[in-house]
Amino acid sequence: MDLIAQGLVEAVHRLATLDPEVLDAASASLQVSGIAVLLSLAVGMPAGIALALGAFPGRRLVLALVNTGLGLPPVVVGLVVGVLVWRSGPLGSLDLFCTRGAMILAQFVIALPEVVGLTVVAVQALDPLLRLQIAALGASRAQSLSILASEARLPLLTAAMAGFGAVVSEIGASLLVGCNIKGDTRILTTAIVTEADRGEFGAAFALAAILLALIFAVNLTVTWVQQRPRPL
Amino acid sequence: MGTATTAAAVISARELVVRRGGRVVVRVPELELAPGETLVLLGPNGAGKSTLLLALALLIPSEGELRVEGEPVRDKVATRRRMAVVLQRPLLLDRSVLENVVLGQMLRGASHKTAEDRAHTWLGRFGIAQLSRRQARTLSGGEAQRVSLARAFALEPSVLFLDEPFAALDAPSREAILADTAGVLADTRTTAVLVTHDRDEAASLGDRVAVLIDGEVRQIGAPEAVFSAPADPQVALFVGVETILPAHVTEVSDEMTRLDVGGLTIEVTDVPPQGDRFPLLLIAPTDVVVSRDDASGSARNRFSANVVRVENIGRVVRVVLDCGFPLVAHLTRASVRELGIAKGVAVVASFKATSPHLLPRRRPGVSTSTRV
Repeated sequence: MDLIAQGLVEAVHRLATLDPEVLDAASASLQVSGIAVLLSLAVGMPAGIALALGAFPGRRLVLALVNTGLGLPPVVVGLVVGVLVWRSGPLGSLDLFCTRGAMILAQFVIALPEVVGLTVVAVQALDPLLRLQIAALGASRAQSLSILASEARLPLLTAAMAGFGAVVSEIGASLLVGCNIKGDTRILTTAIVTEADRGEFGAAFALAAILLALIFAVNLTVTWVQQRPRPL
Repeated sequence: MGTATTAAAVISARELVVRRGGRVVVRVPELELAPGETLVLLGPNGAGKSTLLLALALLIPSEGELRVEGEPVRDKVATRRRMAVVLQRPLLLDRSVLENVVLGQMLRGASHKTAEDRAHTWLGRFGIAQLSRRQARTLSGGEAQRVSLARAFALEPSVLFLDEPFAALDAPSREAILADTAGVLADTRTTAVLVTHDRDEAASLGDRVAVLIDGEVRQIGAPEAVFSAPADPQVALFVGVETILPAHVTEVSDEMTRLDVGGLTIEVTDVPPQGDRFPLLLIAPTDVVVSRDDASGSARNRFSANVVRVENIGRVVRVVLDCGFPLVAHLTRASVRELGIAKGVAVVASFKATSPHLLPRRRPGVSTSTRV
């Protein structure tokens, strides 16, 4: 119990003094996970809408793969991405190994099935005739998709939230492809592990507190947008 | 139908076929929509009415030739932008009422100002101007369908498609919205196609009625013509003729056709179709008069009958009689009470010689539909 108490005191101290190590890890986490989620939304939402509305051979198989992807272990993703970006790997020429770029790539792969899967559910929950009505209003295909996405905006925010939640607390993939370099690829989760390994529980708690606060802040914002009362 | 395609037709379809899973569900050799007319597609559930409407509105694929205002359809999106569709459910977007009415106009290139002005005009026209700022999802069913109608009329379409727009509404809303829509259609002379299975709706809104059964237009014409002279037994059943009897022509004179039905003689003014000696005799239930004695009335056909069944079917009572042949009459509740109609009671059933209608026993081929 003493350890926890000490740790909490140190956490408050480090936060109050804006400890650069803590701030570095927090900003790296935000940057890596933020970009990864934005990329997964940019790719995953259109893909999810297409999967929800499209009719093509193999659609069910793709859906099954997406659903399998929801439970993808990050460490496995890290292993595969690590092999790809490894100096002699197929993407070796991009020189991504042990960079934030490689971490973004890995987290993108982790977030993508979350975003695609939840987008499919969000769009399929819409009235199937709505598509017909939107087409009847005179919308082109692209306009239809954007109107449908706007109709599903609340559940799509959930998709974004779930994607962020999946990657910001992930550790295995980031360790494997980012190499946990202090001041560069060290993010909140990998920093917590490093500090705890060294017996620096104060630092570990401080980082954990920041991680929780970050997740809470992002979810609070999205929930606020999602649940704000609408004028009657 | 049966006339050559004219440039004036707003919609003209030839050999229109809609398939579902490889199976033909709608086949229409020819259909034209004249400017300003309201064509009602009437038929039982599953007849293909909505499918035909959606095909004409270019919302589902079809084969055959379809012309809109004389032009073959090349760009579906561009052609849809000259049409408007109101479906059974209002299908409003999760936005304000005003935004819902504005959106389609904007998609068609209207300026925001024009679209808003027109939206206010049409919301007012449908009696819901005060709802323009409300979120669509907070509206009642009737209010939402009014918004859907305002949204469609605000598009000022060349042709308006209405797919059972009143079917999901409660009775008072339905009557009010039906009346408003009839008024607006008449005022704007908007060319329209209305799908319904309600005969009263068809009669009150339609300039012409097309009866669809099993994906085919079995008869098309003015509502009164279709209702009084159905083209085949299935149409007859659908438009409410409940007595259809096989008859034998025993005598044809200038004024009268004499028929034998189950050993009894029935006289009608209708002429047997194509000189058919074994036609079908159609008697509408509203044409049958039921009394307790033989004294009154001038009807030529009078028969002693027994009441076999009495059923309440909404506003009227359906009475099945046995006169030596089965005969169905519709009576008001008051008449049933006054006459003491009940199962087993002996009555006199009569109908005029001018009311029944004769049909050939075999239904002629697909192209029976005639322009009346």
